[in-house]
This record gives sequence, C-alpha cells and structure tokens, in this order.
Amino acid sequence: MDLNFTAEELAFRDEVRSFLRDQLPADIAAKIRSGLAIRAADYTRWQKILHKKGWGAPSWPKQFGGTGWSPVQLHIYDEEAAAAGAPRTIPFGLKMVAPVIMAFGNPAQQQTFLPRIVSGEDWWCQGYSEPGAGSDLASLKTRAERQGDHYIVNGQKTWNTLGQHADWIFCLVRTDPNAPKQQMGISFLLIDMKTPGITVRPIITMDGAHEVNEVWFENVKVPVENRIGEENKGWTYAKFLLGHERTNIAGVGASKRELGRLKDIARQETKNGKPLIDDPLFAARIAQVEIDLMALEITNLRALSAEAEKRAPGPEASVLKIKGTEIQQTLTELMMYAVGPYALPFHRESSEEGDLKSVAGPEYAAPLAASYCNMRKTSIYGGSNEIQRNIISQMILGL
Amino acid sequence: MDFNFSEEQQLLADTVRRFVRESYSFEARREILKSQEGWSRDVWNELAGLGLTALNVPEAHGGLNAGPVDTMLVMNALGEGLVVEPFLSAAVFTPALLSRLGDEKAAADLFPGIASGERIVIVAHQEPHTRGEIAHLATRAEKSGDGYVIDGHKAVIAHGGAADELLVTARTSGKAGDTDGMSVFRVDPGSAGVTIKSYRTIDGQTAADIELKGVKGNLIGAAGKAFAAIEGAYEVTLSALCAEAVGIMKAVNAATLEYTKSRKQFGQPIAKFQVLQHRMADMFLQSEQALSMSYLAAIKCTDPDANERKRSLSAAKVIIGQAGRFVGQQAIQLHGGMGMTDELMVSHHFKRLTGIDITFGDTDFHLEQFVATPAA
Repeated sequence: MDLNFTAEELAFRDEVRSFLRDQLPADIAAKIRSGLAIRAADYTRWQKILHKKGWGAPSWPKQFGGTGWSPVQLHIYDEEAAAAGAPRTIPFGLKMVAPVIMAFGNPAQQQTFLPRIVSGEDWWCQGYSEPGAGSDLASLKTRAERQGDHYIVNGQKTWNTLGQHADWIFCLVRTDPNAPKQQMGISFLLIDMKTPGITVRPIITMDGAHEVNEVWFENVKVPVENRIGEENKGWTYAKFLLGHERTNIAGVGASKRELGRLKDIARQETKNGKPLIDDPLFAARIAQVEIDLMALEITNLRALSAEAEKRAPGPEASVLKIKGTEIQQTLTELMMYAVGPYALPFHRESSEEGDLKSVAGPEYAAPLAASYCNMRKTSIYGGSNEIQRNIISQMILGL
Repeated sequence: MDFNFSEEQQLLADTVRRFVRESYSFEARREILKSQEGWSRDVWNELAGLGLTALNVPEAHGGLNAGPVDTMLVMNALGEGLVVEPFLSAAVFTPALLSRLGDEKAAADLFPGIASGERIVIVAHQEPHTRGEIAHLATRAEKSGDGYVIDGHKAVIAHGGAADELLVTARTSGKAGDTDGMSVFRVDPGSAGVTIKSYRTIDGQTAADIELKGVKGNLIGAAGKAFAAIEGAYEVTLSALCAEAVGIMKAVNAATLEYTKSRKQFGQPIAKFQVLQHRMADMFLQSEQALSMSYLAAIKCTDPDANERKRSLSAAKVIIGQAGRFVGQQAIQLHGGMGMTDELMVSHHFKRLTGIDITFGDTDFHLEQFVATPAA
C-alpha cells in the first residue's frame, strides 16, 4: 500500500501546473478564487485554450479526440485545475452527452457532434427533469411522436442548467406512452436549440442568479437521425449517462481551494479583537471540515484506484456524492458565518457579473451569502442525497 | 498510488481472520471473560504461534519487523472478533517503544521473550488527569546509588495486571508538560513498593492502576530524552487502535444488516423500511471514511515529518471516534431491545468502540491537537 504518486505521475503534475501557470487567464482565475460567478464567454474562452493544448476532453479516450489519461492522471488534472482557479468543467457536453454518443451513437453522430464539443464550438444542456419527474425521472411526460423522418416533440423540461447559452439539448422523451413499464417507452434525442417551437424561460434562484431554466417544446420538429440508439431504449442510455456524471463527483480539488479561502477569511476577520481563526470554537469547526475532506480525499483515491484496475467504480460514487456535497455546503456556510453581519448586504451584480466591489464591508464578503444559498442545490441535484442513500442500500447493502 | 496489499500481507490477514473465526467464537470469548484473569494464556500462545507477537520486533532480535500496514490488517481481524488478549499493548506498544529507545542491551534482553510471547511486557505511561497529552507526566524518578527510585501513579494501564515486566515512564527532571526530562525504566511488578490494582473495563478488556512508592527501576536509553520514543510508540499504537475500530465497524454493520433483514415487524423485515435503509447507508458511509483514515494513519504513523504524523493521526482519530460513535449507537438503535442485551455481540462491539474513542486521546483532544499542529 502506498499513497504517493509515482515519478511519472509527479512529472505529469508538474506539466499540468506549468501549463496552468502559463495559460490560465488571470482574470478568470481571480474571479473563481474570490467565489464569483464567471460568464459563459469565460467558460468558452478557457475551453478553447484547453483544446489548443490538446486537453479539451480530459476524460475521453484518444480515438475521439480525448487525452486518453488514466483515472489517476485525470484526478491530478482535476485537482491542479481546481487549485489554480480554472473554471469547472461544464459537464453537459464533455461528461454527459459525449460518453453516450461514443457508446451508443452511430459514426455519423460521433463525427458531427464530438469534435464540436472538444473545441468549445457547441454548448450543450440537459433536458431530463420535468415538473412532475424529478427523483422519479422515468415518469417523464414530454412526448415525441413519429411523423415520417421526424419526431414532433411537445412538453416541458425544467431545472435546465445554463440552457440560455446552449446550442444543443439532449432530451429524454416518451415515444411509447403505452409501454408496459414507464422505463420502456423512452427515447434519447439530440435537439438543436434553434429549432422553432423551443422557448427558454429563466428560473431565478434565491441567490438572484439565472442559472436554471424551464424549456418548453411546442411542436418541435426533430430529425429521426438525431435519435441516439434505438427507439424506446433511451432509459438504458440515460442510466449510462448518470454513471458518467459521477466522475470527479467528490470535488476534492475545488473544496481544498475553498478551504484555503475560508482560512484566508478567518485570518482577516476578528472576534474579541483576535483573529477569528484563533477562536477555539471556530477553529474546531474549520478543523472538522478539513478532516472530513482529508477522509474524502482518501476515499476518492480508493475509488479511483479501483477504477484504474477496471473494478467497476460503481455505487461507491454515492458515498463520494453525499460526503462531497456536504463538505461543499459546510464550507460556504462557514465562510458566510466567518464574515458575520457583512455577509448580509446583497449585491446581485457580484454573482451575475463577477464584480469584486461590495455594497458595504470587505470585498471578499460580497458573494458569500449568495454562495451559501446557491450551494444548497448540491444535495438536491445529480440524484438527491436521499436517492444516493437508496442506491447505497440497494446496490451495496443489497436491500 | 496503490491500495493493494502484498501477498504476504494478504496471507497474514487471512490467517488471523481464520483464527478468529475458528478459535475465537463469541461463546469462547465469553468463557475467557468469565475467567479470573480475563484473558487467555492459551489464546496468547496461539497468537504467538501465528507469529503475531514477533510481528513488530526488529529482525535483529528475532522478530519480523513487519510495520504498521501489517499491524493494521491484524488489528482489523482482532477487532472483528473483539479479541481481549494483550496484542495491542504487549505486541505493538511495547516493541514500538523499546525499538525507539536505542538501548541495545535492554533490547537484546527483552525482545526475545516478547517475540516468543513468553513474556508480557507492558508500558505504564498514562496517569490520572491525562487524556492523551504525552508530556503530562508527573511520576518522578530520583537517582539513588547506581539506580533510580520511582514514585507515582499510573492509570488505566491496559493489561497492567498481566505484566511480567513493566516499562514505566517517569520524569528525571522538569515538570509535567515538559518534553524534556522524560525517561523509561524497567520495573519488576513484584518488587517492593509496587501496588497493582487490576480490574475489568466496560469493553471487556482488563486494565490496572499501578501505584509506585519508592520502587527500584533500571533506566533504558538516555535519561531525560525519552519523549520522542514515547511519542513515536504512541503514534504507531494509535494507528493500530484505529484499525481495530475499523474491524469492529465492519462487523457491526454486517450484524446490523443481518438483523434488520431477519427481524420482522408490521408483517415485513424491518430492513424494508427506508428510514432504516438510509441509516444503514450512513453507517456504511461513515465506516468507509473511517477505513480511509485508518489507511492514512498506517501510512503516516512512521513519517519522518513530526507534524505530518501528528496531523494525520489526530485527523484519523477524530474520524474514527465520530464514526465509531455513530455506527455503534445506531447499531444498538436498529437492534432495538435486543441491542441492549449482553447476549448479542453487537453490544460488546459497541462497548469496545466506546472504549477506543476514550483511549489514546478522545475526539475533542485530537480535534484540538489537529488545530494546534500546522500543516507541513
């Protein structure tokens, strides 16, 4: 047993570090390191830089234009990128639809869509959840009726993340409403967001941000060639996708960065005239989350090493999701409490525009309450933490 | 990065697990607990026959010099079976201390008996009013002729009453809290001035309070310079203790799962209820985090960087203490009334987890120590 990286892995880490030092735009890193939102254009700018380096698709195999990195290399890259303040990967194209296209798409679909994902040309979004289909996703109602070479899609998707910037949406639609089981009548469609009949309506979340949308489909014509795999087999592809959503689900690298920010803030704030970081109660709270994160890091490495040995990563990912999101939430909570009353002045532009100025109080205080509110989403999305517990009890405990 | 164990390690783990399964049933253990001594010399000899008493003895002295990962695997298995024989105190703590004191004569004298299992040598360090603070040592040793005379009180020393010989820590200079001035002495438990009060602890182990009044002791290693050796031995033992807890949690989770699948209420196995499923998912989650930290503890407990060692071990003890409390308490809860009884192993597992949390510094102590130890 050995927790150290090999010499080759350390050399790879140095290569990643020096690339990030030279190529990561300082303005983007500054925003991320201050907990501010970045714009869609920032994401795309960074994706194009990565693409130029040949790192546009870190998690893909080489044959589709990926890096072909091992799980350990991928982990090192994720850690270093997060520590440096690189934008998180918007998962919908690179980590969600792409693996489905690789596994179940035909060569024409692979040639059309995959290169445009790596290059940052196409922005993808997800059409899964519906008002009546959240955790019970298979009860979705959006209907696709076959008419010659097209499907006619009608219905409503919700909790669509960043679809206002999207060029394409991948959708689960019902093609057979009379199937004996609800999982059996679903198909997986790729839909051009410019198709007439699609309306994107913003949902403003409690932090004032426009991050999610409702997407309405009214007689939207989708060519049959944009269906992935077989008709009515979409649930199989959907489940495959949910498995891939779990890579880097622990978010250890980003949480390490946020822990550093929490400590920075606690060093600058005071309580009873002394630095807050020296307050025994607050220091213990920081220590607790730091220790939880240390344990998660090892648990994550264990899962990774199982994956590298081709033992299925499997349901252990649910442990990473639950613990990872709890830690992310605790970190934002502690940062907010660290600044005290100056967490309260609300400066919406700081989250929308990446503006470092605050209404009142220290600049670092401006985004904290909004982040705290925003991060409540993490235990709800990607399969709520209750669904993750169902997965553990069914798949691991055998109940 | 590699989480696999070598073939030898795998074999060692299998051997000890098989021993526990075949020779250390709950009923066999119950008989041992009923005996006068509270542990079994026969079992001890069997463990010695498997090589376990020689595991942490240096090769130069006839041992296997195996290391913390091997010890971890042994402790996992001993934890599952709640083995009460003095492996941790006599075969981990003592050799770790003795090999760090740099006294070749004492090592040559003591190690053969330790390695063969013939002699039980116990470290007596902990004192009343201490809870993990290694330098908080009040017992004093004064020079007298060509030897030393020791006065002090040692508290809740695991297997203190079983000792053929004691390694007593005492202060040759300075005051409680100073790292300088700490020394280690060989003491014959039968010598004048030694009063050993043996008792059982709630977790089925045996322990003793040891009163020392003008007791003759022979110095091991350099006078006043034993702190680093004591600390190092503590750290290795703490790592082993974490591994014991991990073994217990594994057994507790399996027992709870089994019980909830067979216990029927409202016309169905209670494991069908989601509220219990989620509780067991959380028990699994916490035991996974504990396992991760036990790995970290085993790897870091001999790291050359003192801060790195301390931070990792304190972090591990915090996670293991918290996970152990959660897993243990919830296991009792899910077993219902049956969990309260002496009849089921789960209550004995619960009590040992409680014991582990309180020894070698509890969760609060280690949280505090983690805060006080800056990252390397």
